[in-house]
Amino acid sequence: MDKTGLLAIPLLPLVAAIVAGLFGRLIGRTAAHVVTIAAVGASFVLSAQVAWQLITGQVPVFDGTVYTWAVSDGIRMEVGFLVDPLSVLMMCVVTFVSLCVHVYTIGYMHDDPGYQRFFSYISLFTFAMLMLVMSNNFLQLFFGWEAVGVVSYLLIGFWYQRPSAIFANLKAFLVNRVGDFGFVLGIAGVVYFTGALDYKSAFAAAPMIAQQTLALSPEWTVSAITLICICLFIGAMGKSAQVPLHVWLPDSMEGPTPISALIHAATMVTAGIFMVARLSPLFEQSEAAMSFVLVVGATTALFMGLLGVVNNDIKRVVAYSTLSQLGYMTVALGVSAYSVAIFHLMTHAFFKALLFLAAGSVIIGMHHEQDMRKMGGLAKVMPITAITCWLGSLAAIGTPFFSGFYSKDFIIEAAHESQRWGATYAYWCVLIGVFVTAVYSFRLIFMTFHGEPRWGQGGAQAGHDDHAHDDHAHDDHGHGHGHGGTPHESPWVVTLPLVLLAVPAVAIGYLTVQPLLFGGFFGDAIQVLERNDVVRELASHFHGPASFALQAPLHPPFWLALAGVLVAWFTVLKRPHALDGLASALAPLRRVLDNKYYFDWFNENVLAAGSRGLGRLFWKAGDETLIDGALVNGSAGLVGALAGVVRRVQTGYLYTYAFWMVIGLALLLGWFLLRA
Amino acid sequence: MITLQHMLTLSAVLFSLSVAGIFLNRKNVILLLMCIELMLLAVNFSFVSFSRFLGDLDGQVFVFFVLTVAAAESAIGLAILVVLFRERKSINVEDLDTLKG
Repeated sequence: MDKTGLLAIPLLPLVAAIVAGLFGRLIGRTAAHVVTIAAVGASFVLSAQVAWQLITGQVPVFDGTVYTWAVSDGIRMEVGFLVDPLSVLMMCVVTFVSLCVHVYTIGYMHDDPGYQRFFSYISLFTFAMLMLVMSNNFLQLFFGWEAVGVVSYLLIGFWYQRPSAIFANLKAFLVNRVGDFGFVLGIAGVVYFTGALDYKSAFAAAPMIAQQTLALSPEWTVSAITLICICLFIGAMGKSAQVPLHVWLPDSMEGPTPISALIHAATMVTAGIFMVARLSPLFEQSEAAMSFVLVVGATTALFMGLLGVVNNDIKRVVAYSTLSQLGYMTVALGVSAYSVAIFHLMTHAFFKALLFLAAGSVIIGMHHEQDMRKMGGLAKVMPITAITCWLGSLAAIGTPFFSGFYSKDFIIEAAHESQRWGATYAYWCVLIGVFVTAVYSFRLIFMTFHGEPRWGQGGAQAGHDDHAHDDHAHDDHGHGHGHGGTPHESPWVVTLPLVLLAVPAVAIGYLTVQPLLFGGFFGDAIQVLERNDVVRELASHFHGPASFALQAPLHPPFWLALAGVLVAWFTVLKRPHALDGLASALAPLRRVLDNKYYFDWFNENVLAAGSRGLGRLFWKAGDETLIDGALVNGSAGLVGALAGVVRRVQTGYLYTYAFWMVIGLALLLGWFLLRA
Repeated sequence: MITLQHMLTLSAVLFSLSVAGIFLNRKNVILLLMCIELMLLAVNFSFVSFSRFLGDLDGQVFVFFVLTVAAAESAIGLAILVVLFRERKSINVEDLDTLKG
């Protein structure tokens, strides 16, 4: 593994992004997607090659600096790579999903005027994400962290003529600032104790930091490692959309669907999960921080999933599903089962990217209609999309033998085994979450692909009216097809990535569960203390993927998932109005869910309004009254008032001046004489 | 017998009269100039008196200097006055208050 080869992995997409972005108009649409796809493809091949060499033991783990940017007071700021099993896994996932999304984009953005810009952005994103996962120091991690945030911002607001997109990207940006503030504080804490930015010295110093305390105030002293880890995790909460910093993710669905798949489901939002796993030696030292992680993750897993049940926007349902699955990963982190979290991250990346791209395919087919109430019966007209979406959903709900089954079941098992504070709460949250996941996933499937079509008779017309307000952004979609409101299967560039992603979504769990979780795949990349090692506990129950899957009916998650599917089937297809009575009885609950637990309300009416009020107070009282009024105009006014009194002396008549002159002379002379 | 005291008293009376003239006069700028001349003459008178009683001619030489300067000063003063009159059509002291703050 030489440095040049490693450098090429992130830099190829960067070069492609620059070419497509700055010279996009010059080289045209085809060249823009050719150059970016070639670069990301090459990146994927190189990553896979590095992964292969590393796994087969041909090369050792690479940890080295490629460029020293600056040295300040002994702190080295470097560009460096740490290529170990954890990194290569992430590199392969990122480049593979990115490649699929690049290909898919050719179809999805086919008529969009911002075609080259879009390719430039997603290539840039790939570069930033690779820098993040390959980093061997906190500074580069932070660079990648912020860079993916910037691209996310740009892409949520890709259709910048839509006010809602601008609102959403600003919201994402602001919420992430809150998280990043914690993240920066955490990094600062590490540097404070170790005096270095690289992981190696931070990990070496972790037991030492665990002995230290920090005085937040003269009376209040906290454990240094707990504070650092919670600060770092607040960063992860922002990026990985954990409660209460999750509010930006559903709104980020304003961006084009490929972005939702790549950034807001498969890769960027998992950066927080990756970061905690990467920093496992630090997090392992603090029980309190881990309990915090656990409770936050469990809350997200259950309560965000519930929101998916009541939403009718196909993309938002998948978005809430993402939130819930991120909660699952966080729970796995919280019980020290880092490898399980990364495992779920990987399987989730495939099946969730698949689900998003399938949703996107449906949206293209429906001529940019996203409301599931106007769909139905699409399986007949969009067979490939329907089948792949089925596979993705089966993986998501944890059907035995599918990839999601292994990762999710082990998270539940790990939460069950863990002795940590909050683990019982987390166990029940993730267990009920299985039922919820099944309900919203199959509600989506049934509402979209099965039942009576609701798009034929005038519904499609209404649909067009519905999104007339944002037509200017992408009105060239749908109307160019020339066959009215009839849905149709998407072109091959759209369905090919679906098929490509369906393969790992189905099979990767079965193939990799053994080495990844119990085969010591991660080696030293993930460090777990002896007393926290729940994965070892899980290993004693595990006798191969097939037998594990066959034993699924012995465990509650299987029956919960089945129950969820049945409930979804019953309420959506069998008796759509069967539960109307129940629904009206639970109207207050429904209202809470429809308002997303009032997080947005709270943010807008308390935090934002409060900040505005505080700002107005400082502006009116502090700036206008105190500074402008009292200090600036006040001193001038005082001088003016004094002068108003003193000016009476200045009559302008010569004799007055002479008089005072004589008086002065007399006084001076008198003083002169008397002094003697 | 006329003593130095008498002469100095006369000088002081003349000086005080001219100062009072400056203060009390509200009408005519020419009167101001005349008062200033009178002040200078009162000072000159002191110079001459001291010179006479101390037997030193230096004081009388000084008087010539003062008279010369006073002549020049009145010439300039009157010239200014002429210009002022052309400008303002008045030499009333009450009107000349542009120095007022």
